[in-house]
Amino acid sequence: MLESVRVSISEEIHSAEARRQALLLAQHLGFGRTDAYYLATAVTELATNLFRHAGGGEIQLRTLTRQNAVGIEVIAHDTGPGIANVEQALREGFSTSGGLGCGLPGVRRLMDELEICSEMGRGTRIRACKWAAIIQTVERQC
Amino acid sequence: MRIPILRLGDILLTSIQVDLTDAEVMQFQTDVLHAIADIEARGLVIEITALEVVDSFMARTINDTANMAQMIGAEVVVCGMRPAVALTLIEMGRGLIGVETTFNLNEGLARLNKKIAQRGDSSLTDDEDAV
Ligand SMILES: Nc1ncnc2c1ncn2[C@@H]1O[C@H](COP(=O)(O)OP(=O)(O)OP(=O)(O)O)[C@@H](O)[C@H]1O
Ligand SMILES: [Mg+2]
Repeated sequence: MLESVRVSISEEIHSAEARRQALLLAQHLGFGRTDAYYLATAVTELATNLFRHAGGGEIQLRTLTRQNAVGIEVIAHDTGPGIANVEQALREGFSTSGGLGCGLPGVRRLMDELEICSEMGRGTRIRACKWAAIIQTVERQC
Repeated sequence: MRIPILRLGDILLTSIQVDLTDAEVMQFQTDVLHAIADIEARGLVIEITALEVVDSFMARTINDTANMAQMIGAEVVVCGMRPAVALTLIEMGRGLIGVETTFNLNEGLARLNKKIAQRGDSSLTDDEDAV
């Protein structure tokens, strides 16, 4: 059973693999289509950032369970230069590389939880979680 | 991998089916611009039905290509965005794709033809001697 997956990101195309694994895991856990795509897009953004801003890193996907709910935790970890100002990096349109600057703000909106720990010169660890919408089965008699 | 560009009259049709690397994006943009210039295309359709995920990099690629195409005189429509992709893009940030989008290719072509007609230069090449 797929419970935890690691994808090492050192080249551009690895983000596609991270995304594929995220979609697989989401499908496996019964995520709805929209939630699965939100997750997959967020994973792509985090993986692309690893490659672009940190010279590579690792994406880790993990299944979370809590009462009546399943979720997926994404950890993007690198030992790159770090983010100087996290608040600024989360702002719409902020980019140090001529990007649209909507990667991290996008991740924040697409995921349910987001935590960024970064230390200059040491690296960055971003943790994001997506919970599957809880679907209650209602039994009806006709 | 090189992205094919098809010609339909004076409209060009291209379809992005896989993730593109930086180098492929550059190649794609150069190819599109040359193709537009070569046949003096008046319209460009970028078809993205096959894309499961449009991230910010892909959005930028599409926007930049569209802007360049418009700069050299082609109207641009993006078509075939999957509903889940559209929802994700809206959630990520409004206006991430700054180009007109349509559901399918038919609509895309119709929209493009309308835009070209509105532009009022549809007989430009035919009238050249008159200028
Ligand atoms: N892993 C990381 N290591 C170091 N800096 C990072 C990392 N991730 C993001 N950043 C910084 O945060 C900024 C904002 O990131 P974000 O993903 O929002 O935008 P972008 O990557 O620049 O452009 P886009 O994602 O829209 O193509 C980046 O420009 C970069 O300076
Ligand atoms: Mg980014």
